[in-house]
Amino acid sequence: MTLEIVAFWSLAAVLVGSGLAVVLGKNLFHSVLWLALALVATAGIFLTLDAEFIAAVQILLYAGGVITVVVFAIVVTERLVGEKLSHTSRRIAAGGVVSAALLALIVRAISLAHVDLPRPALTTDLTRQLGTSLLTTYALPFQLLAVLLLVGLLAASYFARPEE
Amino acid sequence: MGLQAYLTLSAVVFCLGLFGTVTRRNTVGILLGIELMLNAVNINFVAFSRFRGVDTGMVFTLFAICITVAEVALGLAIVILLFRMRKTATADHIDWLKG
Repeated sequence: MTLEIVAFWSLAAVLVGSGLAVVLGKNLFHSVLWLALALVATAGIFLTLDAEFIAAVQILLYAGGVITVVVFAIVVTERLVGEKLSHTSRRIAAGGVVSAALLALIVRAISLAHVDLPRPALTTDLTRQLGTSLLTTYALPFQLLAVLLLVGLLAASYFARPEE
Repeated sequence: MGLQAYLTLSAVVFCLGLFGTVTRRNTVGILLGIELMLNAVNINFVAFSRFRGVDTGMVFTLFAICITVAEVALGLAIVILLFRMRKTATADHIDWLKG
């Protein structure tokens, strides 16, 4: 029980810290690397929720796929020769006020909602349960997702095709 | 840890992402903020799924992760295209949608 609490708070600290670095850093490339750390910390949070499969997908797709694609985009748009990888922010005060207001609203709503459900004990293997429902109840959306991914990636490579 | 702790953590990360999305100048930076926000929503889904003992939230998270991959690929393709046409990746310079 205590191990779980320690894991949650340390992962939460890493997640919030790296999230801050993503939105406040001056170097775009560093921001992407901090985002990778944030995504891995999120996978750890999933592990504390007993969702091992989701954690694995998170690391494979997000930390593996998305970060690689973003790094490629930076290389293409900034020509990665060490110059001008900085990215500045604007309207920091207004953005901070809006975000803080939304955060206060959500936190107040959470505390008013009395959502302290007891954590049910694990009865079955969650991964097995997830796989079963993916291939029975959600079989059609699952197949549509495959089509969507194919169309999306084809469209992306069409957009970014070399100029004639 | 209670459900409340997970929801609060998710709210904090979501607002960080919102801040990044609103304040960044670079389009790739804006995309990074959106990634953070989507990630926060996934934490919520998995937490509710675990605490209510229903696996629908986890299925939805899987779908959300896959769709995010497609979204990022398309978004970055658009960024590359814009950079090719305008030689800029700054969102404020992309203002040519005129009637």
